[in-house]
Amino acid sequence: MRISRRILAGLATASLAVTATSCGGGGTSGSFDDTVTVGILHSLSGTMAISESTLVDTEKMAIEEINAAGGVTVGGKSYKIEYIVEDGASDWPTFAEKSKKLIDQDGVPVVFGGWTSASRKAMLPVYESKDAFLYYPIQYEAQECSNNIFYTGATPNQQSEPATDFMYKRSPAAGGDFFLVGSDYVFPRTSNTITKAQVKQLGGKVVGEDYLPLGNTEVAPIISKIKKALPDGGIIINTLNGDQNVAFFKQIQDAGITPSSGYYVMNYSIAEEEISTIGPEFLEGHYGAWNYMMSIDTPASKKFAASFKKRWGSDRVVADPQESAYNMVYLWKQAVEDAGTFDDNAVREALVGQKFDAPQGPVEVMPNHHLSQTVRIGEINAEGGFTILEETGVVLPQAWNQKHPSSKGFACDWTDPSKGEKYKL
Amino acid sequence: MELLLDSLFNGVAIGSVLLVAALGLAIVFGLMGVINLAHGELMMLGAYTTYVTQLIFKLPILKPFYNSYIIVSIFLAFIVSGVVGILLEKTIIRKLYGSPLETLLATWGVSLILQQFVRSVPLAYGTGLVISLLIGLFLPTTFPSKIKESINFKYFKFSSWIFAALTGVLTGSVISSSVSKLSRASARNVDVTAPSWMRGQVEIIGTAFPKTRLMIIVITLISVIAITLFLNQSAWGMRIRAVTQNRRMSDCLGISTEKVDIITFGIGSGLAGVAGVAVSLLGSVGPNVGGNYIVGCFMVVVLGGVGNLLGTVLASFGIGIMTDLIGAGRLLSIWPDMPLPLSNAINFFATTSMARVMIFALIVIFLQFKPTGLFPQKGRMVEN
Repeated sequence: MRISRRILAGLATASLAVTATSCGGGGTSGSFDDTVTVGILHSLSGTMAISESTLVDTEKMAIEEINAAGGVTVGGKSYKIEYIVEDGASDWPTFAEKSKKLIDQDGVPVVFGGWTSASRKAMLPVYESKDAFLYYPIQYEAQECSNNIFYTGATPNQQSEPATDFMYKRSPAAGGDFFLVGSDYVFPRTSNTITKAQVKQLGGKVVGEDYLPLGNTEVAPIISKIKKALPDGGIIINTLNGDQNVAFFKQIQDAGITPSSGYYVMNYSIAEEEISTIGPEFLEGHYGAWNYMMSIDTPASKKFAASFKKRWGSDRVVADPQESAYNMVYLWKQAVEDAGTFDDNAVREALVGQKFDAPQGPVEVMPNHHLSQTVRIGEINAEGGFTILEETGVVLPQAWNQKHPSSKGFACDWTDPSKGEKYKL
Repeated sequence: MELLLDSLFNGVAIGSVLLVAALGLAIVFGLMGVINLAHGELMMLGAYTTYVTQLIFKLPILKPFYNSYIIVSIFLAFIVSGVVGILLEKTIIRKLYGSPLETLLATWGVSLILQQFVRSVPLAYGTGLVISLLIGLFLPTTFPSKIKESINFKYFKFSSWIFAALTGVLTGSVISSSVSKLSRASARNVDVTAPSWMRGQVEIIGTAFPKTRLMIIVITLISVIAITLFLNQSAWGMRIRAVTQNRRMSDCLGISTEKVDIITFGIGSGLAGVAGVAVSLLGSVGPNVGGNYIVGCFMVVVLGGVGNLLGTVLASFGIGIMTDLIGAGRLLSIWPDMPLPLSNAINFFATTSMARVMIFALIVIFLQFKPTGLFPQKGRMVEN
């Protein structure tokens, strides 16, 4: 008893400290009528910690910004947002377990969390069985549409499809053959199935594909295959994961597979953070496709990057996954205020149709629980950023991809009970 | 011809990465029979040594010699991993000789500790710690024999450890203040960039070869030749072979088996460090880098025949060439108009994932017929 009281005292001091810092941010805060606690669930240890900890930083920043601006106003009462951060430990069952803890024990109205598709797949049954709500911020392979998950990352038609189109029609290697490289798990394989169907539609040719088992960095056989399949250069679509990119780009450069000899790599998993790890000297002249790029020259984008640097250090960068994480906190806040309650079902209804002026430009929540977003194609430059070459208008999300043979002709609409998760168009 | 050369080179390139990684294990596991699961982490230490050396050579004083940092780091990596290996032997493995299961568990624990160590200790202080270990272990051995034999030797030893600790802390803080990248602990993977003379390709008989791959082949060849010469020509090499064949008899004949164990383990671990340098040239350097290689290493040693260096060499080149033949679908380009079912089968296995499955399957089948590997140890071995 005595111990638990001491812990409580400790928690109180800690939350006081948090209040102090958020007030120090210089807002109009003052006094709140009440508090609401949300859950943050990402890997803070293990392989994924490097990537996922940046999301925790961004979500904390968004929450602090909202608090500094007066918190969430529900039913005329102002609520200060507090958060509980849980560690998914890069272990998928742990994500499910911690989700249960956050929902049952802490009773949070919403959980912001996840990165890998594997972690999301592990959490999905928990949220569906408890009818709770998860906000998931990463670009992913789609082919999923849950009533209990809200996806703020890009679906393939908001990233890979415009990118493939660009590579085949307008890149320096336009009209060339395609070679697909990826890590051996669900995202690259699904993404490449879609790319293959699209290349066929465009009239192009995919001359080879290969998947590197996770953790393997021996790229020599893949390089031989690329050289054999594309002897005079061509388009390479890369969906390798994390560190495997380092091995891949180091070795292809040594093997003479470079933009200057006619090989152009389009990347779906390399953002500003990864460019600085791999080294811009290996990536210069290759491409990336994202909804948000740090080099977007708008006040909203600059403000987002500047406040992140101010909060976490001038050497930090912001990238697409962080922008998605930032948006989802704000969208949740807006939905709660519109619904006038923290109740899941009411918030879910209020969420669809929410609009937000995100750092990437306007986004809107669609009936399939995904966001309409802008797609940008960038060339990686020597400074470690993207030079933006193209910008689409707002692209609507497809939860069920229209180029993937298994989901063609299907869509998702949660606003209409008769349509739901998957209905025939 | 060009195709054959290209294929052979690729096979040798893949094989030499396997070989350099497995060479240390061939000695530790092959000669001493110690299942060292921390072998991969000793490689990782070698890779991190390369990274630290690279950053230190970027300092203004050493900048003119920057291009040679990779050569320096090979020696440093050998020393660093060797010293950590010796420490490991002295503290943990020595007590566990003859109990493979316990060794396996203990070294696995060590591998976890080493991984967390590089994640949570700033590399500058890690370097300091290694330096103090070096001084503490080797300074007492340089004392004149008069002091060594004196009754107060333990005080000398103790004071040399204090000196070592102070030097370590001092180096740590000097490095930490002059190289900002090393002053903070980070779980992030880091990157070794090869000096400019090692990047790009060389053209030999009309075929272009990547320079880093050639460098790795050279490192591997030199390591293999050096270790063979050492084992077969030097007095200590002879003692090591004697202890391997019959520990008790060698002990009776006056060979200090304790010293032999330390030297064998130190050399095996040092070679792991050299492998770490090679591996850092191919991919990124991170806490998990060793774990990616450990299974391959054991596979090579078992396939080659435990306790036989020639077997290890042949096994790794064999696996390398097979990986390239299957993984890159070479047979199709050698024999383009083979019957359709066969070419379909080959295409099916011509991805990196499937090639690995295929190679493991082939090895398992091979071991069914020759359970002791390519070159089993001949003669009478005295177990236990």
